Amino acid sequence: MSRNNLGGIVQQKGTRHLMMRTLLFLTLGVFCLYYLIPLIVMIATSLKSLEEIRAGSLLSLPQDVTFDAWAKAWSSACVGVRCDGLKPFFWNSVAMVVPAVTISTILGALNGYALTKWRFPGADIIFALILFGAFIPFQVILLPMARTLGVLGLAGTIPGLVLVHVIYGLAFTTLFFRNFFIGVSSGIIQAAQIDGAGFFGIFFRIVLPMSLPAVVVTVIWQYTQICNDFLFGIAFTVGDSNPVTVALNNVVNTSTGVKEYNVDMAAAIIAALPTLAVYVIAGAYFVRGLSAGAVKG
Amino acid sequence: MSDIRLEMVKKNFGATEVIKGIDLAIDPGEFVVLVGPSGCGKSTLLNLIAGLETITEGNIYIGGKRVNDTPPRDRNIAMVFQSYALYPTKTVRNNITFGMVSRGIPKADQDAAVAEISTLLQIERLLSRKPGQLSGGQRQRVAMGRALVRKPDVFLFDEPLSNLDAKLRIEMRTEIKKLHQRLGKTIVYVTHDQIEAMTLASRIAVMDNGHIRQFADPKTIYEDPVDLFVAGFMGSPPMNMMPGKIRTLGGQCVVSTGGPEDEPLDFLLPPALSERACGQEGRDVILGLRPEAIFAAGTELPGANRFIFERPISVVEPTGPDTMILFHHAGLDVVARVRPEDARPEGTLFMFEADMEKAKLFDAKTTLRI
Ligand SMILES: Nc1ncnc2c1ncn2[C@@H]1O[C@H](COP(=O)(O)OP(=O)(O)OP(=O)(O)O)[C@@H](O)[C@H]1O
Ligand SMILES: [Mg+2]
Repeated sequence: MSRNNLGGIVQQKGTRHLMMRTLLFLTLGVFCLYYLIPLIVMIATSLKSLEEIRAGSLLSLPQDVTFDAWAKAWSSACVGVRCDGLKPFFWNSVAMVVPAVTISTILGALNGYALTKWRFPGADIIFALILFGAFIPFQVILLPMARTLGVLGLAGTIPGLVLVHVIYGLAFTTLFFRNFFIGVSSGIIQAAQIDGAGFFGIFFRIVLPMSLPAVVVTVIWQYTQICNDFLFGIAFTVGDSNPVTVALNNVVNTSTGVKEYNVDMAAAIIAALPTLAVYVIAGAYFVRGLSAGAVKG
Repeated sequence: MSDIRLEMVKKNFGATEVIKGIDLAIDPGEFVVLVGPSGCGKSTLLNLIAGLETITEGNIYIGGKRVNDTPPRDRNIAMVFQSYALYPTKTVRNNITFGMVSRGIPKADQDAAVAEISTLLQIERLLSRKPGQLSGGQRQRVAMGRALVRKPDVFLFDEPLSNLDAKLRIEMRTEIKKLHQRLGKTIVYVTHDQIEAMTLASRIAVMDNGHIRQFADPKTIYEDPVDLFVAGFMGSPPMNMMPGKIRTLGGQCVVSTGGPEDEPLDFLLPPALSERACGQEGRDVILGLRPEAIFAAGTELPGANRFIFERPISVVEPTGPDTMILFHHAGLDVVARVRPEDARPEGTLFMFEADMEKAKLFDAKTTLRI
């Protein structure tokens, strides 16, 4: 990759150049700080006690670090009338995210595979219709979807929410996989056909292992979308089946006398942790997969 | 071993006709090479035989059985693709065994087959590698191994050597020929390379624009082309094709070429040709002379029906064993093949001798051979 060679490029020398460089890094530093300050404030606040928050300023670092707020946010903060912390809702989110991501990714891969490698009349129209789903503002479908879930008997349940996320994730997952498979040589599919494999045999044994980069991109995309979703969560679940994003809102809005900023901050970070973790672990791969479209496996 | 028979096979992609009615009967154990310009439908024809495309009209028989509606896996064929189409995530071993795994062949038999094929193709040391870690020639061998291992009745090759460098191509060409002699299976082989076609084929089918122009053994294709297209397609450098007119000069039949800008040449036709071509004074014809039929005067054993003429040399192209000498005539650069020691510098007036026994005549309008 050319990126690896950049270090060897001959650089300009001289004071003018040095000044420009300094200016550049100063500007970058300022922007960095600008973006990081909210996070720093959140972490700092979550580690302070309530007294310290009241006494000190917003930007000061915690004098004596305590994890009480974290413990409370996790297991005893009141969410509405229930005071078990975010824990049960966090597991709700997990129970929703895992099947929703898995199912939408597999279906997207199957769609992309069928749309590119087993062309049928009207494939392009079907793809255009699926793609249209990526542009529908989600508010538009709230009412019809609620009605559908009601008819299916899934209203207010986690499986119902999974179904919603699978359906509205399909547009993107199909798009990702279709664009990946379009670059895969059809010769490989033909060779496998002559070798005696069928539609699913080729899919699971040849095509899916090849599409690892697309799988990674799609999983991360779906995971972040679904983890961070608030609208579908608040619209289609009730009370105990709320995902953590909705519960976070309820923690903050449940007022029992004093406003516990430290607990709110800790809760917010807990709710954001799953997506943050994925970004730290797989972010580089995500960017690479997106920009390359088809990274060689 | 199986024979392959095509009856009036047609293939349309939407409104475009790609294969326009092909009849072809390939005997069991034959090595048939399909040649033709790019886009004439060679790959499409191969895909039709393989069952990777559905035929629009006509019938295909393999081993006497009509296979129009048989899917590829049940045609008992194997195919080597131009791009090799190896499975990138599988090791060489698993690439080779994939077909057997799909068909549920016992593990022990698979191992025996892999052992046999990898010895034959000398790829034993590569079995645990992935295709990405192989050189072009090694990939080609693996692709071949994947096809061979199933012991099918028919092999289909789509330009299997086109991605290799010149030296490796010649080596693999010989390997393929040996393999065919050993296994005796029916092979249909597509290539752009006419030397490959001449050396490998038991019969060559020359295709043009969805039709087969001629289907015959290599010698016939070379010596007895049915029309200008086939004559021009085979041979390197290609046949010289000089437009001219039939004339009678002093009671003898000649083809006069060239003029008015350059001095005309009156090629005296041998008796066999003049019988067929003469009688129609002034008929427009094309005289075909392969470069090896024009040489330096007096350098070959004397023979009947030689025509000697003089022209200034315009270009000299040494190729090693022979030297090509070009001269301007009838608006083209005519190529003569001479021994290097007979070559003279450019601009020299040179005595050429044409062996008219080897001359071919074509009708200028129909392009058919006379
Ligand atoms: N799926 C398709 N849809 C439409 N046209 C096609 C399709 N496949 C091939 N063609 C057309 O059919 C013609 C023959 O294609 P084919 O691949 O058989 O050529 P070829 O003789 O193998 O050429 P080459 O020597 O370049 O490989 C071409 O004009 C091509 O554009
Ligand atoms: Mg082709």
